[in-house]
Amino acid sequence: MATYLDKPAAVAALIRDDEVHRDVYTHPEIFTLEMRHLWSRAWIYIGHESQVAQPGDYVTVDLAGQPVILIRHADGAVHVLHNRCAHKGAKLLTQTCGNTGRFMRCPYHAWSYRTDGSLLGIPLKASYEHTRFGECDAAKGMARVAHVESYRGFVFARLSADGPGFREFFGDSLSSIDNMVDRAPEGELVMAGGALRYLHNCNWKMFIENLNDTMHPMVAHESSAGTAKQLWKDKPADEPKPMAIEQFVPFASDYKFFDDMGVRVFANGHSYTGVNFSIHSKYSAVPEYEAALVARHGEERAHAILREARHNTVYYPSLTIKGAIQAIRVVRPLGPDRTIIESYTFRLKGAPPPLHQRTMTYSRLINSPMSVVGHDDLHAYRSMQEGLASTGNEWVSLHRDFDPAEIGAAERTVRGTSEISMRNQFRAWSQLMAEGMRADAAGTQRQSRELQL
Amino acid sequence: MNATVSNAQPVSSAALGSPAGWPGERELFAAVYREARLIDEKRWAEWYDLYADEGVYWVPLTPGQPDGIDHTSIAYEDKLLLKLRIERLGSPRAYSQQPPSRCTHVLQQPEIESCDVQAGTWVTRSAFVYVEARAEDQFMLAGAVRHTWVWRDGRLQILCKRVDLINCDAALPSIQLFP
Repeated sequence: MATYLDKPAAVAALIRDDEVHRDVYTHPEIFTLEMRHLWSRAWIYIGHESQVAQPGDYVTVDLAGQPVILIRHADGAVHVLHNRCAHKGAKLLTQTCGNTGRFMRCPYHAWSYRTDGSLLGIPLKASYEHTRFGECDAAKGMARVAHVESYRGFVFARLSADGPGFREFFGDSLSSIDNMVDRAPEGELVMAGGALRYLHNCNWKMFIENLNDTMHPMVAHESSAGTAKQLWKDKPADEPKPMAIEQFVPFASDYKFFDDMGVRVFANGHSYTGVNFSIHSKYSAVPEYEAALVARHGEERAHAILREARHNTVYYPSLTIKGAIQAIRVVRPLGPDRTIIESYTFRLKGAPPPLHQRTMTYSRLINSPMSVVGHDDLHAYRSMQEGLASTGNEWVSLHRDFDPAEIGAAERTVRGTSEISMRNQFRAWSQLMAEGMRADAAGTQRQSRELQL
Repeated sequence: MNATVSNAQPVSSAALGSPAGWPGERELFAAVYREARLIDEKRWAEWYDLYADEGVYWVPLTPGQPDGIDHTSIAYEDKLLLKLRIERLGSPRAYSQQPPSRCTHVLQQPEIESCDVQAGTWVTRSAFVYVEARAEDQFMLAGAVRHTWVWRDGRLQILCKRVDLINCDAALPSIQLFP
């Protein structure tokens, strides 16, 4: 008998104001429900427009466990299509990325489609003339995800036909994307440098919670950041720091540092740390870059953009970004204890090469499957995944700095070591799960899709 | 002068145009095997000493990746970063090493891909299978490793160890030691 499927009250009981039940991380039914409701009703990051710059350019990605294609159509529009032949369901594109030309052709029976998903041709089509084919979905081509928004190049999609609108969902948290794009002297980002792909044998929420968890770096990363600090401690103060030292050492900062950074949360689970400053604030200046930014924006505005050095911004539940370092991490859940974290980097258009090199160095040192920082993070996640098998305590504590007034607040800024960002995520979790399950029970939950005629 | 040797036929140091007393094929191959063994046996200080001062340990992220500066890599470690990694492995607070990882390299006989007698450098290529294990988990990586060797201070040192994994673009688990 199901424990959580079709049992909204049981699901709701897993989340309290200041603690959550261990099943949210471990139970297979919860994972199924998360994909069906939370990941379908939320706006999920798909990709960046610069990945599909030319007509026919595409990337294939996973959206809430379903295969989709981000593709640029001949008219310049960007679509998100279900990666499934309308005939028998074969995936039409199986490479990670590429250019499909003017159409896609199924490798099985040669059904072909335009780059907006509409059906172009079927071999021996006359054989369908006396059938009901014309009335079925297949005749309309590939299903298209109807709710797609591009915000300054970042493409998001919502699978569910109903759910929060894009602006309503993200609110002012979009200011973190603004800051990253504003850092480009030519006002545009170009994805460049490759994708680091790191398999995490843990629940996706452990990763996303950790991004605004400021109580762990000085503990979990003592052996990496602490060692970097040790290696450099006898050097004279004016000796230029290698990039790696400059990037590792701030992870070893003390509680006060992270406390003073501050954290800001927004409705629907989004948040960022580094309201006042962050571990990225003291990187050596790249004078040529700053000059280019001043030339575009003027002194005052350029410095205001650079001063805003946020740590991680979480676009719940699928994307985390670091505007100050132009790197993003994308969450692709595969199962209750299996998640792929993909890390991408951007080049700021109009910025000199050393800036992108700094970005890539950071991403490699922190996000690679060979990262000594990543190893200790994943070890902690995996330890929780195994530890939570224990029935010795059914609940996970998120009490740090809990204040009842934070419930329902549209936006709130508090000290950096609060666990408010995690409570805020679970409030969004609760709400999206409840809405989805309610719609399911009423028979009104529909997957959004548009079929072309 | 560059000589390219395209197969695994034995080549003497004279055939490579090397002055007498320089390493020949035998010494180069022994150095490749020794490098792998030092990792497998966690003889970190000796392994670290194999690297020239400007030496780099490199695991590219894409097949045929031209460099580790203008593209992200899985690893691109100079001696400072290698030192950090080695010291961390010895730290009682390297939690991801509780329990510790173990690894083994299985190498095919190397080939000498090229040599530059004037610079005193040789490139060897060795196909490999690498297995890393920790507690109940074990995974395998495979590919080709290219060592660029330099003859310096009377011994062979590594200028670059480039490890091309056949699945470099796949989602990989934590790789905690050194393929």
